[in-house]
Amino acid sequence: MAGLAALGAALLATGVAWAVSPAAPDPQAATNAAAADQTVVDAGRGLFTANCAACHGPAGQGGSGGPSLVGAGAASADFYLRTGRMPLSAPGQRVVRQPAHFDDAEIQALVAYVASLGSGPAIPQVSSGGELHQGWQLFQANCAACHNATGAGNAIGGGYVAVGLGNADPTTIGEATIIGPGAMPAFAFDDQSLADIAAYIRFLQDAPTPGGAPIGQVGPVAEGFIGVAIGLPLLILVSLLAARRGKPEEQNP
Amino acid sequence: MKAPRFGRRERPVVDPIGRPLNDPARELRDAEARGDASAVDVIADPEPTELERITGWLDERTGLAGLVRTTLRKVFPDHWSFLLGEIALFCFIILVATGTFLTFFFVPSASQTTYAGPYPPLQGATVSEAYNSVLRLSFDVKAGLLMRQVHHWTAVVFVAVIVAHLSRVFFTGAFRRPREINWLIGFGLLTFALAEGFTGYSLPDDLLSGTGARIAYSAAISIPLIGPYVASLLFGGEFPTAAFLPRFFVLHVMLLPALFAGAIVAHVGLVFLQKHTQFRVGRAREDNVVGRHFWPGQAFVSGGLFFLTAAVVALLGGLVQINPIWAYGPFDAPIVSSPAQPDWYVGWLDGSLRIFPPFEPVILGITIPSAFVPGVVIPGILFTIVGIWPFIERRVTGDRAPHNLLDWPWESPFRAATGAAILGLFAILTLAGGNDVLSAFLDLPIESLTWLFRFLVLAFPIAVWLVVYALCRSRQRYPAPDERPKGGIRLVRNATGGWEEAE
Repeated sequence: MAGLAALGAALLATGVAWAVSPAAPDPQAATNAAAADQTVVDAGRGLFTANCAACHGPAGQGGSGGPSLVGAGAASADFYLRTGRMPLSAPGQRVVRQPAHFDDAEIQALVAYVASLGSGPAIPQVSSGGELHQGWQLFQANCAACHNATGAGNAIGGGYVAVGLGNADPTTIGEATIIGPGAMPAFAFDDQSLADIAAYIRFLQDAPTPGGAPIGQVGPVAEGFIGVAIGLPLLILVSLLAARRGKPEEQNP
Repeated sequence: MKAPRFGRRERPVVDPIGRPLNDPARELRDAEARGDASAVDVIADPEPTELERITGWLDERTGLAGLVRTTLRKVFPDHWSFLLGEIALFCFIILVATGTFLTFFFVPSASQTTYAGPYPPLQGATVSEAYNSVLRLSFDVKAGLLMRQVHHWTAVVFVAVIVAHLSRVFFTGAFRRPREINWLIGFGLLTFALAEGFTGYSLPDDLLSGTGARIAYSAAISIPLIGPYVASLLFGGEFPTAAFLPRFFVLHVMLLPALFAGAIVAHVGLVFLQKHTQFRVGRAREDNVVGRHFWPGQAFVSGGLFFLTAAVVALLGGLVQINPIWAYGPFDAPIVSSPAQPDWYVGWLDGSLRIFPPFEPVILGITIPSAFVPGVVIPGILFTIVGIWPFIERRVTGDRAPHNLLDWPWESPFRAATGAAILGLFAILTLAGGNDVLSAFLDLPIESLTWLFRFLVLAFPIAVWLVVYALCRSRQRYPAPDERPKGGIRLVRNATGGWEEAE
């Protein structure tokens, strides 16, 4: 509620920072460090009571609308908060990626509080030294079946959608593989594999699209739509142009 | 003075009493009678032109002059919808041209090799020679990617144009006696085009096409009793096989194009023999054809149309990415990507498989695999109905008379309604083939969409049939465009100040 404008600016700043400078100081290292700081945990408790306790219970033990967060860990809290999937404005709402609701400091505080509830996975440090070919192999074998070989994402049934990975940063990718949000299974990649996958996803995000407009990278559905909705009308237009009436002649069969 | 003579003799112009106006012999006599020596020189012109010498030489040895004259003088009715078939023909020509270029570089082999090209993530990957060669075409061969994309986009619009052409023939009743055989040939062309498209889609041996080939294999093997033999003939064993690439390649670049070209000759040849149908406008009657001569009229229209068609597919091929196989990766049996669709014109078959309930009965001890009904029986029934439509309609309407004049679509409500319903059915099945992409796009669960499509596949064609039938009946109450009074109605003011229709 408070300081929405400031929040927005902070969000924008962090978003831009992630997008343009992968080598910038890692905010997650700071978040992990903050988890140990009792004053930060206390600030997080306040935010939690105001924003999360209605569903997750006053002490994060779970409630009518939300699961227990005891043992969820910093990785989970950071993933859900930073990608805007939490908080929901009402229980039962669909959990979708959107701009984060809290600013960085608030997220750090909330993550520290959730981490203090019980031991859970910490925010992973995904190194930038991933190997592309290895990452491609891991991605094809583990991720492509839902997220599409191009990373464009797809619906996977049960109302779940495997998101497009167009703006997934390495930390988010690492957190998702550890916690397995939504319909996604939890994976146990080692650090190097995680770095490889993140490197390949980053390659997909920045890779040029030889051949022209990528039309969503979802394959023949989009291609067929272009062919039938643009190609065919163009050809009909062309035949209309070509068939301008001249002076007719006559022939007996 | 010399050049026009060839053309002039082709098109004698008749004076009011029926004498040819440009009869050189008569002009010569008249000029001599007038004593006009200079005209005599010009008209007599004993020297044949260079063109006449060549054509004369050819005619003496082939006797083709008569046939060529008939061809050049064939009359083409003037309606844009008659050009759809020509566009399909031009697409075929473009496909052969670009496809020939692609065969210079494509290697139809599943032998394994190590990728060492410029696409970073695949460097070091074990890929098939086929996949490797298509990547080389895309990244290393000059204009290779453009050729690939133009070839693929042309295939995509090719089938769309064939369907449009077939719809025009269907809704105007052009297939009626005496043209039933040409309908069957055209139907064969559609089938060959679909087979061409699917085999071509399978050749790059990427993850997507391999998934498609796996589905085709499952459909083939699902045929009771003979399925395993059919599948083995096409794929050379149990999927995944190394044999299917060279087999599909031979089908795609040799057998199917040869069949297609032969069928085109028969298709167009019959149009020449039987003459065009035409709409009931102007001077058109059952026993004439009103339009443009092939030479010098239609030849230029068609020539221009060819280049415009090429321009459209070049535009698509140059600006819009299609089938980025480097992003899909090489086919690897245990890996699958999602979404996985065939090209749009096979999408209805995929849709049929996607929404048909799982159903695997055992009849007389033979298991009917679940892919058989949606993958073989339903397509078979639908295509049979389309293929033998001229005979179905003849049976239903009892109309056995020959027709050279076309119906307006609304003049046969039964035909129009049935055709629209069949198109509607195919449309629903095609959409169902993209149910996962639509689910993500519309933000609806796939399961809900599947049930929606199961309902629509039955209800939508019926609704379309009823609506189109009603629309046609109401349209019939208004006169056809050529029967409407010219210049509208004249109103005059009467003595009391009101308006009356003038006589």
